[in-house]
Amino acid sequence: MTTETQTLREWLLSETPTSRRHARLAAFYKGWLTLRANHMAMIGLAIIALLIGTAMFAPLLAPHDPFVQDLAFRLQPLGTEGHILGTDSLGRDILSRMIYGSRITLYIVALVVMIAPVAGLLVGTIAGYAGGWTDIILMRITDIFLAFPRLILALAFVAALGAGIENAVLAIALTAWPPYARMARAETLTIRSSDYISAIRLQGAGPMRIITKHIWPLCISSLIVRVTLDMAGIILAAAGLGFLGLGAQPPSPEWGAMISEGRRFILDYWWIATMPGLAIFTVSLAFNLLGDGLRDVLDPKDSTS
Amino acid sequence: MTTLLDVDNLWVRFPNRTGVFDAVRGVSFSLGRERLGIVGESGSGKSLTGRAILRLIRSPGIVEAGHINLHGENLLEKSEAQMRKVRGEKISMVMQDPKFSLNPVMTVGDQIIEAYRLHAKASKAEAYKKSVEMLEAVSIRDADRVMKAYPHEMSGGMGQRIMIAMMLIPNPEILIADEPTSALDVSVQGQVLSIMDKLVKERGMGLIFISHDLNLVSQFCDRVLIMYAGRIVEVCEADKLHEAKHPYTQGLLGSLPRFDAPRDRLQVLTRDPAWREAPSVEARL
Amino acid sequence: MLGLLFVTFFIGRVMPIDPVLAVVGERATQDQYHAAYLELGLDRTLVVQFSYYVWDVIHGDFGMSLLTARPVSQDITRVFPATMELATIGIIFGIVLGVPLGVVAAVRRGSWIDQIARVVALVGYSMPIFWLGLMGLLLFYGILGWVGGPGRQGIFYEDTFPSVTGMILVDAALARDWGAFKDAFSHIVLPASLLGYYSLAYISRMTRSFMLEQLSAEYVTTARVKGMSEWAVVWRHAFRNIRVQLITVIALSYAGLLEGSVLTEIIFSWPGIGNYITTALLSADMNAVLGGTVVVGLIFVCLNIFSDLLYKIFDPRSK
Repeated sequence: MTTETQTLREWLLSETPTSRRHARLAAFYKGWLTLRANHMAMIGLAIIALLIGTAMFAPLLAPHDPFVQDLAFRLQPLGTEGHILGTDSLGRDILSRMIYGSRITLYIVALVVMIAPVAGLLVGTIAGYAGGWTDIILMRITDIFLAFPRLILALAFVAALGAGIENAVLAIALTAWPPYARMARAETLTIRSSDYISAIRLQGAGPMRIITKHIWPLCISSLIVRVTLDMAGIILAAAGLGFLGLGAQPPSPEWGAMISEGRRFILDYWWIATMPGLAIFTVSLAFNLLGDGLRDVLDPKDSTS
Repeated sequence: MTTLLDVDNLWVRFPNRTGVFDAVRGVSFSLGRERLGIVGESGSGKSLTGRAILRLIRSPGIVEAGHINLHGENLLEKSEAQMRKVRGEKISMVMQDPKFSLNPVMTVGDQIIEAYRLHAKASKAEAYKKSVEMLEAVSIRDADRVMKAYPHEMSGGMGQRIMIAMMLIPNPEILIADEPTSALDVSVQGQVLSIMDKLVKERGMGLIFISHDLNLVSQFCDRVLIMYAGRIVEVCEADKLHEAKHPYTQGLLGSLPRFDAPRDRLQVLTRDPAWREAPSVEARL
Repeated sequence: MLGLLFVTFFIGRVMPIDPVLAVVGERATQDQYHAAYLELGLDRTLVVQFSYYVWDVIHGDFGMSLLTARPVSQDITRVFPATMELATIGIIFGIVLGVPLGVVAAVRRGSWIDQIARVVALVGYSMPIFWLGLMGLLLFYGILGWVGGPGRQGIFYEDTFPSVTGMILVDAALARDWGAFKDAFSHIVLPASLLGYYSLAYISRMTRSFMLEQLSAEYVTTARVKGMSEWAVVWRHAFRNIRVQLITVIALSYAGLLEGSVLTEIIFSWPGIGNYITTALLSADMNAVLGGTVVVGLIFVCLNIFSDLLYKIFDPRSK
């Protein structure tokens, strides 16, 4: 057998796949190699991995309890003994709060990503595949949502639903799905009229099967790129809502809310607002870098580098 | 015949992730006041050869050659500014599809006038008059209306005639025609070709006609180069094409349907890897 | 358009705040409550309520603001010029720097200037605007003292010249009050360049990708074959072809600035529409929120129509 003398790498890079799974794994591996060659994307990936790690092991990493107040030790500067990043106006350790804040950020991003693209994909493919009135009505609704400025719409939603993390997630998701729907519809329209879909239909596949088995998989790659690039936007929107006092509520250590707290002391105690801002910036930069890299791999037609 | 252009050992290279891809591999030929055909399949390097002469290969592509001499002056040694004096004025090029090769947001007139005024000191009115004459020379009636029109309002055949007019207006000595009729309707192909032929002959120009269509080239040109995998495999007089010796040329000819000798099955070209490695044939006059 | 109104109306109705209580106050009697309930027309069906609402909006009536006790429409005409002034200076900044940056980045693809453009855009996409605003205030106002602080003008200059357009820079210039002009400028320069930076990031990125697409087109080769200089090829041929797309991007980004000013206005205590909506939101002043949202939505729609119109003018193919 030749396969035994092959290394895993050779097996993955072979030009003649022996099975469907082999072909899929090989394509995945080649994509990974391309991505790995992109240093910026790898930096982004590393930061995100770090963020996930931090969120998972927050209780182990944080030197202090993020909620414990110590008024004797309030507004300590950077590098204070035991409080590397200082303390806030209630004497809470900023580093610990930031570490715990990563959980909230990830939580929001994960929830929005579970809702918005899926909803968009559903609406888009159904509209694109069904055509006719279904298409017109669904797309009109999408257009209405697109006509609104996103942040203001989210603000109005949060105001209507009440402040809080879950409502912020819902509001962001509500404003985030229409672009996905547009995109999924456009893809569906091109795929729908292709010959192989007709071939499948001739074999007797129903609409459900065509949509779930043949259209969705083809939309996925552009969707993933879009989602990764959007994540930065989601983080910024969540932080913005938190900053306005409409997202996570105090005393929760959400980064946007922390900036809002620090804003009052900005001129004298600048680090309180600076540190969580740096965290937001780093994380959304990481998502942007990774998204750029992924776009080069998955969507070479509009690659930027 | 006087030699207008002499190309010596031309290479066009494209670096990629796994190494360097050689698209044109050591091609040498010369051109007089004649119609020279370059034939080959897609990817044989024929278009790149044409573009390399005009130094239009953009980075990361690399052009190397012993020399590309125009009247004994090496084009490779010219600065970009000197090269601009060669383009259009000495050597010009007509490309495949007028739908893409004409600027969609400029009127036909503006584009032709621009081509003229880049090389001739002329007032706008003179340039306009000259452009109309040129359009008439490519058998366009109602030239005044066409001058004001946008490219998308023109048919493919019209577009290609406009393109020819635009490229010939600075009166170049060499015209490179890169698949000039491939995107056109069969019914207008002949018409466009005969217009081009007439103008090239009248002006005593050299023509490099790049095509994948063996029949067309053999009817239209004086001499034919056959390219394969970035090299010239054979050179012959166009009227003696049927006596070609190289198996690739024979294979190409054999795979064409012929009215005078119908067959049940067309021959399928079998490629010999040795063809790739065989040295390039010199196609000097 | 109708859909726009419907969404805002819908949001207004699902608000868990009782509009009647907001009018009559906590201590109203049952009768007073009921009278107000009828007066607000809440006993009628939603469809009827909605059509009244649309009718009012068409006539420019967004109801009274609870917070300022003035008609919302009046409030909006007062705060809107401030936002417009900010966004306009921002977009000018974005166009003047963003378009050339994008073009050069595309022409010199892969060069150091392309890398810089890339970093500028990435940072713009990743930076929380409110945080950058705070940092800007800290550095340029707090530490360096180069610019004016929050607000539109110093107290000293308030009401020293007549308000004509509501845009302070214009008004001060009209009144030839150059001291006030300089003061107002020192206040606007930081928030406007901040907003401008965001539109710069977007505009330069889009310009670059449009230009890359055009530069690979055949007609660009044609222009080179004619013997044109690279500069002329880029600006006279390729750039002419992206003008139309660019207009759409700029219109979109201008609309985005009107919206993006929400957070900026709060940071800089800028009395614009974003600030107005947010303040209204936090005090449950629903008429004001809805009115503001509808106006911003309207501007969005108008800008879209406007860019479509320009499209028709600049692109010969659309005729």
